[in-house]
Amino acid sequence: MWNFFKQLASPPHFYRLAATIIPWLAVPGLLLIAYGAYAGLFLAPEDYQQGDAYRIIYVHVPAAYLSMMAYMFMALGGAIGLVWRMKLAHAVGAAAAPLGAAFTFLALVTGSIWGRPMWGTWWEWGDPRLTSELILLFLYFGYMALRSAIDDTAKADKASAVLALVGVVNVVVVHFSVEWWSSLHQGQTLFKKGGPGMDAEMLYPLIAMIVGFTLVFGALLARRIRTEVLHRERRTRWVREMILSPAGGR
Amino acid sequence: MLTAKLSAIDLTLLRGERCLFEGLEFALNHGELLLLQGANGSGKTSLMRVIAGMLSLESGEILWDGEPVSRQRQSFHGALVWLAHQSGLKDDLTLVENLRFERALRPQSSVEPEQVFVRLGIARLKALPLRSLSAGQQRRVALARILLADVPLWLLDEPFTNLDRDGRRLVTQLVEEHLADGGLCVLAAHQDVEISATVKRINL
Amino acid sequence: MNDSARTQPGIFYGLVAITRRDLLLAWKRPGDVLNPLFFFAMVCTLFPLAVGPSAEQLTFSGPGVLWVAALLATLLSLNSMFMGDHEDGSLDQVLVSSQPLPLLALGKTLAHWITSGLPLVLISPLLAMTYHMPADVVGVLMLTLLLGTICLSLLGSIGAALTVGLHRGTALLSLLILPLAMPVLLLGANTVSLAADNEMYSTGMWALGAYAVAALSLAPYATAAALRISNE
Repeated sequence: MWNFFKQLASPPHFYRLAATIIPWLAVPGLLLIAYGAYAGLFLAPEDYQQGDAYRIIYVHVPAAYLSMMAYMFMALGGAIGLVWRMKLAHAVGAAAAPLGAAFTFLALVTGSIWGRPMWGTWWEWGDPRLTSELILLFLYFGYMALRSAIDDTAKADKASAVLALVGVVNVVVVHFSVEWWSSLHQGQTLFKKGGPGMDAEMLYPLIAMIVGFTLVFGALLARRIRTEVLHRERRTRWVREMILSPAGGR
Repeated sequence: MLTAKLSAIDLTLLRGERCLFEGLEFALNHGELLLLQGANGSGKTSLMRVIAGMLSLESGEILWDGEPVSRQRQSFHGALVWLAHQSGLKDDLTLVENLRFERALRPQSSVEPEQVFVRLGIARLKALPLRSLSAGQQRRVALARILLADVPLWLLDEPFTNLDRDGRRLVTQLVEEHLADGGLCVLAAHQDVEISATVKRINL
Repeated sequence: MNDSARTQPGIFYGLVAITRRDLLLAWKRPGDVLNPLFFFAMVCTLFPLAVGPSAEQLTFSGPGVLWVAALLATLLSLNSMFMGDHEDGSLDQVLVSSQPLPLLALGKTLAHWITSGLPLVLISPLLAMTYHMPADVVGVLMLTLLLGTICLSLLGSIGAALTVGLHRGTALLSLLILPLAMPVLLLGANTVSLAADNEMYSTGMWALGAYAVAALSLAPYATAAALRISNE
């Protein structure tokens, strides 16, 4: 088992493995998104309260979910990198951060667009989820800023890993404190957990979108890790040999 | 095989893109001096920091009593004292205030401070803030820290900087006495050093 | 060398020593302590000038303004936490000491809190008065600030340790610490607001206390790890 991980974590091995995996993630992912988008936008019935406006959940929910997921990847990668000194794990963190920030931003934008017909304003501080999401975006910014401020890669890896771990504890605190805060001010949320009996015709496209987004996220992450690995290992022999070989980095 | 008190196996250190040294080894025993020599920027200070456990290595290990220091950091740090480039002393505090803090970092010592001050010729400066001392005098205060620590391993990074001829002779003497007492010393210098003891050299 | 003279020192020996040294340094350079205090007072003054002197509005926004000002003032003082020690090399000496590093980091944090957090707590009633805050609410404000500044010093020590020695340190430090500090601000300010509205505020106070205890037990380890990383 340990050897399996060791091998997986060796950069050249991962580099090649990722190349084979990416299409297996990307193709089903895009197909699911295509189905989910079509079914969600055209087949699913209107909501009796929100009308057509609710349909933005098909983008909002997967984006919000992945914004947290990417942070978990960052923190987990950081922890593994610090404890077992695995360089690949740090590369995962570096690759996940901009993706996570992008999904967080998407969740914020879609949330705001959704809020417009519901609340009559683009931004409602009373919604705990949107507020937490905004703080999460700032956490991503801090992480990326720290990374880019430190020139030495090994040092940047470790420092940002510590920050990600502190941040992940904080995300939990942010969640609960914002919930408490919005309950004081009668905040109302757009999306109720588990909603009162969502129609199957509404639910299946949503599940398809969540799975599809996750697969595409996986493909993007693998691709970014590949780039990251290539950049970090640019002085090593395997990279040089691979580039000079007839296949040229395939 | 007799294990050396302080030894290094296969040290490789990368700083950014540069490889400062590769496969470096040494072994040091009681009463021996390890002399690190090389031009500016050759990695003397980095090697010193590696021995002090401040830098993480690409590969290799420093051993103290045959045990990796990474697994006994605290007790290893309790056995060494480090004279670095920067004095590590506070300009705003007096000599006594500075050394009282240094003492707290290595509380096991039983050396009498007064004797050390007299030996180094800084006894009259005790109540002055460090800012008002000359560079050479400040260096002597930093040396006082070494003597007060009362530990077997000395790491001295360019100890002769800023010292006059008497000061340099004093440092040589102190190192010789320490080695004669069975201590160990790692000394980095860009010029030649004349110390009568068993000397091992690393040219970086 | 006499072995019996080498008594094993207590575990808090280094912590006390480093706290005492930092307090002594602060005593010799009082400007570093006073500047954040003046900043705190000035931010609190800016607000009524910007929104007008209406008593009703000031009572309503007082807790929030005081808390934001306290947060910013703490942030201002954080940058210097390890900066001096890094520049003169004494941080290196601390890192190779035989004392446990998390406790030394805690000692530095404690000194930082005594010289930055505690003075804020002590002058806050004065500024709260100008916001027409009733006496019993001022008590709640001071208690939340007491707990809150402890949390902020501890959180801040992690950020200060991560950015020590970096060129763009100050701006970066704010970027790292502010999102982490948001829950503290939220709990602190809203607890005071609840007290001002004569509502039950104990939940917020307990949460703030729990946060302080958790930070006290975890942050020193993160700070110690961060210091080792930054000084490689």
